[in-house]
Amino acid sequence: MTLLRLYRWAVVGAAIALLEVLCLKRVIDPITMQAPHLIVRDLYRLLASGRMNGAIVKTLANTVLSLVLAVGVGLIVAALLHRRRTLRDTLDPLFATYYAVPVFAFYPFFIVVFGLGDLPQILIAFMLSVVAVIVNTLNGLDRIPPVLLKTARIMGLGAAETALRVTLPAAGPHIVTGVKLAVAYAFIGIIGSEFILSRGGIGYEISFAYNNFENAVMYPLIVLILIASVVLNSLVNGWERTMLERRGRR
Amino acid sequence: MRASPLRSALNGAMLVVALIVIWQLVYWSVGDSGLSSPLETARYTVALVTREGFGEHLYDTMRAFFIAFVISVTFGLSLGFWLGFDRLSGDVFEPMFATLYAIPKLTLYPILLLALGLGAPAKVGFGVLHGLIPIVLFTVGAVRNTRPILLKTGRVLKLSRWQTVRWILCPSAIPEIFTGLRVGFSLTLIGTLLAEMFASQRGLGYLLMTAIGLHNLPQIMSVTVLIVAFAASVSTLLLWMDRRLHERG
Repeated sequence: MTLLRLYRWAVVGAAIALLEVLCLKRVIDPITMQAPHLIVRDLYRLLASGRMNGAIVKTLANTVLSLVLAVGVGLIVAALLHRRRTLRDTLDPLFATYYAVPVFAFYPFFIVVFGLGDLPQILIAFMLSVVAVIVNTLNGLDRIPPVLLKTARIMGLGAAETALRVTLPAAGPHIVTGVKLAVAYAFIGIIGSEFILSRGGIGYEISFAYNNFENAVMYPLIVLILIASVVLNSLVNGWERTMLERRGRR
Repeated sequence: MRASPLRSALNGAMLVVALIVIWQLVYWSVGDSGLSSPLETARYTVALVTREGFGEHLYDTMRAFFIAFVISVTFGLSLGFWLGFDRLSGDVFEPMFATLYAIPKLTLYPILLLALGLGAPAKVGFGVLHGLIPIVLFTVGAVRNTRPILLKTGRVLKLSRWQTVRWILCPSAIPEIFTGLRVGFSLTLIGTLLAEMFASQRGLGYLLMTAIGLHNLPQIMSVTVLIVAFAASVSTLLLWMDRRLHERG
């Protein structure tokens, strides 16, 4: 396991070293890409100058807002849908093909209808992530052993108490999987729509830098986003794993 | 558990009708300034599709998409088989592909643009970036989950490596690989369109983005509906084939 991790780092390190050499030897010219060590230096300078703080805060705030919305609405919708067989059957084709449809195609429509503010971006991120929460929660609710619900009934638990003490913990790991996907999708939704067309945020700064040929800003920001999303995803993955392990031991 | 084909076709039809009804209701409550009605959009779509020049945009998108998909499938299957066969490289590289799956790949597009220039190659490259990963991941899974007894039988029969792939791995892994191709198909389309929306001079994504500047709402709605209808119907068809394959196996 640790040896594997070592190999993985070695591969990443070798790739970066190769880029470094190619850049220094001018095989890749500086207009296309700067050498990795320069990117790291520029990233440090950019972050230390505080120029990007506003954009970072804006992107994070919108991501968190759409994530909270998606998880809240997703859980409620799943709970409401769970027992309604016909409605679920009708919606099944929608859920099955949902992620095959380019949700970003709705972004221009939202811009024209709601204006070029935060709302269209949050809507896109919400639309991308909410269905993952719904589908996984439904999956989790379907797999609750009936005996647990029977026990709850025997104990005379009310609806709210059953939901809190039995249903939620039992469906927990599946819900976490949904939330994990929602985190990635919310981030992709916000950054992506900022990138396509917007007036602020990290995605906007990258596309602004691209349009002005400011490689010294663009590459550091791209690296920043890559690092942020990898860290974010591995945190949520770790959470999911501990959740599953705890379930396994019980 | 699963509904019969007829039932699910009926459900799909009901869903489409329900969405159009909701659209019409929203139109009535918001009015002309907000969005255009389903009927109006349909009329505009017909006009748009028959208009001079639309065919070129459609052709451009479809060509980029098609090339990207062919490249994704070729490289995805070869990489997938390699990583599935070779335990060590699989263990080293598979999590990397999984990580790549979850990052906002749009931010990488400027790099492709700088490397390949503004035009079809960058668009194709971005489509491949999206479509390749699911094909690799599903193929690795499919190859690894081949039942050991089948591989043992192959060894007893003294099949060569190539024969093992041809006569044992392919047949047993095909349903799972098809799932990967289905997801890869959708993601390649998404990647190609996203690339066009960010920077391009032709294609459906370009049509969408220029319409924002002109505040041409009917055009935006028509192109969006066209894209969604195409993606949803192809994906429904692929999903149906996918389920058939899995049931047979």
